[in-house]
Amino acid sequence: MTDLAAYTTSAGEAFQFWVLGTIAVIGALCTVFMKKAVHSALCLAGTMIILAVFYLANGAYFLGIVQVVVYTGAIMMLFLFVVMLVGVTAADSLKETIKGQRWLALLCGLGFGILLCAGIGNASLNEFNGLGQANAGGNVEGLAALIFTKYVFAFELTGALLITAAVGAMVLTHRERTERAKTQRELAEERVREGKQLPPLPAPGVYARHNAVDIAGLLPDGTASELTVIKTLRERGQIRDVSDEAINDLKALEQRAEERLGREEEATK
Amino acid sequence: MNPVNYLYLAALLFTIGATGVLIRRNAIVVFMCVELMLNACNLALVAFSRMHGNLDGQIIAFFTMVVAAAEVVVGLAIIVSLFRSRHSASVDDASLMKL
Amino acid sequence: MENLIALLVAAPLLGAAVLLCGGRRLDAVGHWIGTVLAAASFVIGAILFADMLGKGAEEREMTQHLFSWVPVEGFQADVAFQLDQLSMTFVLLISGVGSLIHVYSIGYMEHDERRRRFFGYLNLFLAAMLLLVLADNYLLLYVGWEGVGLASYLLIGFWQHKPSAATAAKKAFLVNRVGDMGLSIAIMLMFAWFGTFAFGPVLEATGETSEGKLTAIGLMLLLAACGKSAQVPLQSWLGDAMEGPTPVSALIHAATMVTAGVYLIVRSGAIFNGAPDAQLAVTVVGAVTLLFGAIVGCAKDDIKKALAGSTMSQIGYMILAAGLGPIGYVFAIMHLVTHGFFKAGLFLGAGSVMHGMNDEVDMRKYGGLRKYMPVTFVTFGLGYLAIIGFPGLSGFFSKDKIIEAAFAKGGTEGWILGGVALLGAAITAYYMTRVMLMTFFGEERWRHAPTPSPAEPSVEPAAETHGEHAEPHPHESPSSMTIPMIVLAFGSVFAGAFFGIGDRFIHWLEPVTDHAHGHPPVSALTVTLSTVAVMVIGVGVAYAQYGRRPVPVAAPRGSLLTRAARRDLLQDDFNHVVLVRGGEHLTRSLVYVDHTLVDGVVNGTAASMGGLSGRLRRLQNGFARSYAVSMFGGAAVLIAATLLMRAV
Repeated sequence: MTDLAAYTTSAGEAFQFWVLGTIAVIGALCTVFMKKAVHSALCLAGTMIILAVFYLANGAYFLGIVQVVVYTGAIMMLFLFVVMLVGVTAADSLKETIKGQRWLALLCGLGFGILLCAGIGNASLNEFNGLGQANAGGNVEGLAALIFTKYVFAFELTGALLITAAVGAMVLTHRERTERAKTQRELAEERVREGKQLPPLPAPGVYARHNAVDIAGLLPDGTASELTVIKTLRERGQIRDVSDEAINDLKALEQRAEERLGREEEATK
Repeated sequence: MNPVNYLYLAALLFTIGATGVLIRRNAIVVFMCVELMLNACNLALVAFSRMHGNLDGQIIAFFTMVVAAAEVVVGLAIIVSLFRSRHSASVDDASLMKL
Repeated sequence: MENLIALLVAAPLLGAAVLLCGGRRLDAVGHWIGTVLAAASFVIGAILFADMLGKGAEEREMTQHLFSWVPVEGFQADVAFQLDQLSMTFVLLISGVGSLIHVYSIGYMEHDERRRRFFGYLNLFLAAMLLLVLADNYLLLYVGWEGVGLASYLLIGFWQHKPSAATAAKKAFLVNRVGDMGLSIAIMLMFAWFGTFAFGPVLEATGETSEGKLTAIGLMLLLAACGKSAQVPLQSWLGDAMEGPTPVSALIHAATMVTAGVYLIVRSGAIFNGAPDAQLAVTVVGAVTLLFGAIVGCAKDDIKKALAGSTMSQIGYMILAAGLGPIGYVFAIMHLVTHGFFKAGLFLGAGSVMHGMNDEVDMRKYGGLRKYMPVTFVTFGLGYLAIIGFPGLSGFFSKDKIIEAAFAKGGTEGWILGGVALLGAAITAYYMTRVMLMTFFGEERWRHAPTPSPAEPSVEPAAETHGEHAEPHPHESPSSMTIPMIVLAFGSVFAGAFFGIGDRFIHWLEPVTDHAHGHPPVSALTVTLSTVAVMVIGVGVAYAQYGRRPVPVAAPRGSLLTRAARRDLLQDDFNHVVLVRGGEHLTRSLVYVDHTLVDGVVNGTAASMGGLSGRLRRLQNGFARSYAVSMFGGAAVLIAATLLMRAV
């Protein structure tokens, strides 16, 4: 794909680097600054795919594929699942709550980046051997030879680590049901005992012009009742409030009615 | 182009990720930023591997991926149980360790 | 023969151990055990003395190395004894007088239920005192020095149920500690400068040591001597020490322990010879104490305290003589021995009087006792004649020699010291005559002692046991008490003549202490005659005051000097004002400094830490992201530091 042995890379790779590198940086920035977690996850997935391409460009063929399969394919999907499970919360807001945190973070980030770049610039990186010789017997075979000989102990340890992590995740998330599930009769009795909301919750859109789950039903005085909308939508703030619209409609209705009545009055006169 | 540019890119991505960790409050996004930092490291390792002409860098990047996978599993499990107990995925809500 | 030396110390030490550890089952025989072992020590001493007399003057020194006490490289402390003529003199005095007083105590302490313990303490004292004089190095001497201090403390406070006795014991112990500090510093200085504390090497090394160092050591030794021998300014404990039983006063606070200071100075003669300033200090201390004790002795109505003042004064003579250098050492020791005889005899006589007078000590309530206590009267009288220096008796020989030596010091100093010594002799004659007259002559004032009213018959149960009411019935003491007094009276009469005629004592002691014959500016005969003359004057004045006029039972108010002397010349007041008050003020100011400065620093540190922590606490806001910023910033700083180090 590329000339691996050269000190400088080919023009094609340079072009690829500048274009994809820019996109990767934009993707990273979007990951940080997108308001919604889903968008962040998608931007991150994009950045990771670009990184996979860079791996390939650097002669790490196996890693490039693993990056796509494991990271973008598995891990990012896991992220999306969790986003779905947790839902949208107030934490998504980009408004800073800790005083000075944002400025400190930006200052530290800037300083850190500058120092890192200075360090890289300072380091003597004149040797640039390329992977031609190392990849001669095939990249995967080369990695395998190393993993199963030189790094076999670490490899076994990572296996143990993965199993531990899997068990740990199960322990953390699994909740044993320690009591019998309540029957419907018991739930009803409980509701009566508490005496809060005896009948079922009102359906959304009742008395409203539109019938949809995200539109609160109207009370007789025309105000919206939040009870009619499911909790998830309430928490996400995704209620479409149409009460004003309805009140305006009512006003228009009354006006029309009065007009008609006025006409009838005039007629009777 | 000098392949050192890959290192600069890695540094840039790492810094962006770190800043994201500091700025965002949503634990999931924070976690994604951590992943971004890990990936930046991997890129640097792969670039090193190319510079030195051996595969040890790639091996380390490989191990990083494995460890990152384990980390993601546990981390997301923590986030889920945190959300269950506090109904919030904000890292600022878990601020009981103060005087 | 050398091997017997350790037995001198071991016998009384064994006695102390047996008596103090033996418990009540030894109550019946305890006093006999103590007396026999003390006498055994004396017998061993006599055998060694006989052996010593059989040798030539230069071969008489005997040493016995018992064991290495602290065998450390560069620090060699041995338990080793050295018995030379000086030590021999002390051994015979201590064990001889000690044995007599043991015998006396059998009678004196007959009714005391803690008699066994008393004998245990006496034996302990004998052991410590013998250790002190037999030690061949200063460290072992220090052990004995502290041992006699301990025994003295225990015996002064023997009647500990009396608060005054307990207080007196504490006072003696504390004042002695001041002196002990001097001795320990002197020993440290010796070790620092000579690298050893054995007598031989130290005293030999004085030749090539600078005068300043010798003066420092000498002054420290003088401080030690002042503490132990009750010399000004550490004299205040001796008067109160009379709270102890009378045999104790006789043995420890008259005949032996208080002379340890004289022994120390004479033993360290080589150091003082090389330090004229220290020597001058010694003579000044001796001269001042001589007058001080004599004046106090004139005013006291308590017979034992009058004798205590006299002791102080007589030791002042010895110290004065010891300060004169080679012309005085021998006479200091000679006076020490004769004084040991007559002062012990006087104290035992006083004890006998008290024994017959229901433990009354106020001389104003005595009078005319010679008819009732003839033996006591005669022995006390012989002691009296000896101490005032009646020609022919022992005090005459020893005191006369000291006065002569004081004049022989030469120059103005000689005249001053000689004059003081002469004046002291006159005052001695005065106050001893006063004691004698008030006790044994005159009307029987005790008959007028107020009797308790019949309404309160049980106020003095002690008097009831002695017979009828408070009026005492003077009687002669049992033979166990009179025999020691008679023996001591013999010593008082003949010891001086035995030592003095033909310079026998000088020849005996010369190999150890050196002797230089002093040449007084006036002839020896003149000195002797004037000594006798001032003695006659002192006796005459006392007779005029106390013999020809009746003595009032209640003490008259007296002159300012008398009142001051009754209060021990204000020594306690001085100590109170200077030491106690000063100490209190020092303590108070130190407390103030502690409260403000030290506590201020401590509390200030704590408060500033608290304030700082309060501010730092705000960093702990519990937000993981804040902590992450810190970590991240820290990482940045680390990178910066690494780069900087690489750049440098």
